Amino acid sequence: MKIALFGNPNTGKSSVFNLLSGLRQQVGNFPGVTIEKKAGNFKIGDRKYQLTDFPGTYSIYPHSIDEEIVCQVLTNKQHEDFPELAIVVVDASNLERNMLLFTQLNDLNIPLILVLNMWDIAEKNGVKINVSLLQTAFPTSPIVTMNARIGLGKDRLLAAINSKDINQKNNLFIDGDFPCSINDKEGQQQETLKRYQKLKSLLVNVQLEKSTVKNTLSRKIDRVLIHRFWGYFIFLGILMTIFQFIFSFATIPMDWIDSSFVQMSNWLSQQLPQGLLTNLLTQGILPGIAGVLMFVPQIALLFFFIAILEESGYLSRVVFIMDRLLRPFGLNGKSVVPLISSLACAIPGIMATRTISDWKERLITILIAPLMSCSARIPVYTLLIALVIPKTYLLGFINVQGLVLLALYFLGLIAAILLAIVLKKFIKAKNKGFLIMDMPEYKKPRWRNVVTTVVEKISIFVWDAGKIILAISIILWVLASYGPTGNSARKIALAKKSSFYISSNRTEKQALIAAAKLEGSYMGMMGKFIEPVISPLGYDWKIGISLISSFAAREVFVGSLSTIYAVHDENEELQNLKTQLKNAKRPNGEEVYSLATGVSLMVFYVFAMQCMATLAVVKRETQSWRWPLIQLTIMGVMAYVSAFISYQLLA
Amino acid sequence: MLKVLSEIKLGEKVTVETVTHPYLSNKLIEMGMFAGTELELLYTAPFGDPIAISMNGSVLTLRLDEAKYIHVYNTPT
Repeated sequence: MKIALFGNPNTGKSSVFNLLSGLRQQVGNFPGVTIEKKAGNFKIGDRKYQLTDFPGTYSIYPHSIDEEIVCQVLTNKQHEDFPELAIVVVDASNLERNMLLFTQLNDLNIPLILVLNMWDIAEKNGVKINVSLLQTAFPTSPIVTMNARIGLGKDRLLAAINSKDINQKNNLFIDGDFPCSINDKEGQQQETLKRYQKLKSLLVNVQLEKSTVKNTLSRKIDRVLIHRFWGYFIFLGILMTIFQFIFSFATIPMDWIDSSFVQMSNWLSQQLPQGLLTNLLTQGILPGIAGVLMFVPQIALLFFFIAILEESGYLSRVVFIMDRLLRPFGLNGKSVVPLISSLACAIPGIMATRTISDWKERLITILIAPLMSCSARIPVYTLLIALVIPKTYLLGFINVQGLVLLALYFLGLIAAILLAIVLKKFIKAKNKGFLIMDMPEYKKPRWRNVVTTVVEKISIFVWDAGKIILAISIILWVLASYGPTGNSARKIALAKKSSFYISSNRTEKQALIAAAKLEGSYMGMMGKFIEPVISPLGYDWKIGISLISSFAAREVFVGSLSTIYAVHDENEELQNLKTQLKNAKRPNGEEVYSLATGVSLMVFYVFAMQCMATLAVVKRETQSWRWPLIQLTIMGVMAYVSAFISYQLLA
Repeated sequence: MLKVLSEIKLGEKVTVETVTHPYLSNKLIEMGMFAGTELELLYTAPFGDPIAISMNGSVLTLRLDEAKYIHVYNTPT
């Protein structure tokens, strides 16, 4: 049986969802639209139930893209998500407003169960509700009191679902034509007012006592967290703590994933018979999977913290204090979370923009998000900084290398802000943006909800970004392994003649052959083909190959340089690669990785949109190729021009 | 005295007269803001915008741009 969950925002709807479906949840999209659909399954005895969570709304009439799906599904009995039974979750402390949606669903004649959620809290706060009187007003819809956050009332809800007769017809709450047409705003308004009037007179007798508690604690905390100085100070402090934590702890599992995949692929290449499939597996597929999994620890940690902040109610306060600061850039207070998430990975960041109801503000957030320095850029920055920035100290204690890393982050941030200002001028909007939002009370985070969020975000990253990163890794492997007939053989023969080769040991020889093979492959040819375009930036064809490979994911830059420069020792790869790169010379004898080239490359990586997975997500979220292509072009031009300027100035 | 919500002071208690926003009136009405609803300005963000008001026991945030379309009068005490 198909069951749907409805309710206002902040009523604990997702807690009810998590309580019923546990971790067996699938996140997908409603058919034909980009609205996130959470679905789960559960059983009562032998009966199977399919549960779908709908976006939180105050009414069936939509005011944002997210809310449109509620109206679309409910007004179309043929829709594949049309529910056979709907559970409406309301906050027991705020019946009047919450019941509006319930009465609308009632009048659509959908079989209903009404959940009075956060019942114990309401009772503690002095709210008294005459449930049996409310039940007589809606005799066909069982009423369940519960507190889903702590699992209270789960049995009652299951019993209600199990015994509900879905063939009963509801008594209409109000008469008249319903629902109004989507464009009949006047009619909708009249209808809403009529419902509220009727609800008021009903609730006078149902709601015996209103809340006596004034949430003094929340107000007191707010006085500090929304303070004009302390508010920002604390927010910045929290952010810094989170990132400090991520950068110090995420590397442990990341290194572990990295080394176990290297070992696995080495082991497999020895065990399996030599050949095409083995190479595809050990050089294409396994490194591709490793490249995806490498980022999971960082993303998991960041979303763990974000989920805690969200659950506690703090994020709404951040939206509140940041909104005015971000508005001049065409952004919204709600842009903060997507932009912070993008510091780990732009993909979940861009998906988090769905909470921004204004299209223009959302679009600008999506377009600037990839300029925030994501975790895939870190390996590139680290290598280049180690290569061209001297390990010296400013004033005796400020590490210059660390300073450069920080500067790269700020460069991305400043570019994002500038781009936002430009986009604000060019993107047309029908209406002005708005920020109408319910600010929840502070509460203790529920670990179940935190874990669910983390699992959900990781699966989005692994499946959405993962399949693209993997596909491109395989394509790149093909391009790097094959070339025009005889081309690689000629390069290898040439390499074998060099005096350097003859004096090398066996592993070094293998590495040199691999490098020569790459030079003769399609990939090598592509690198040479783009060399004239990138040489004004200070790059040679070898860097060209790495730039092209970076389209799978930026960090592939490091791996492909290792192959080109014939680095073989897996354990000391980075150290070794650094030495190799330091010694690399141009035909005229100058070193390849001069300060100018290094800085130019770093700047290029700050700006360039080298992530196919992000482009695909932008396409999906904006429903056309137009915006991802515009984004690719703008960021590409920014990267090329600024890399050109930095190289020419420094060279 | 009739005024708009964007003009009221911290802690001031007012009652809604009309909501005349060009395209958000219905949203605000659905959230429970219509003639007779009592509001109180709880706090303003740094720089005075957006504002947070208390309405029917919950807290609602609005930008001043939205608040100026909400006509209110002081709640008689």
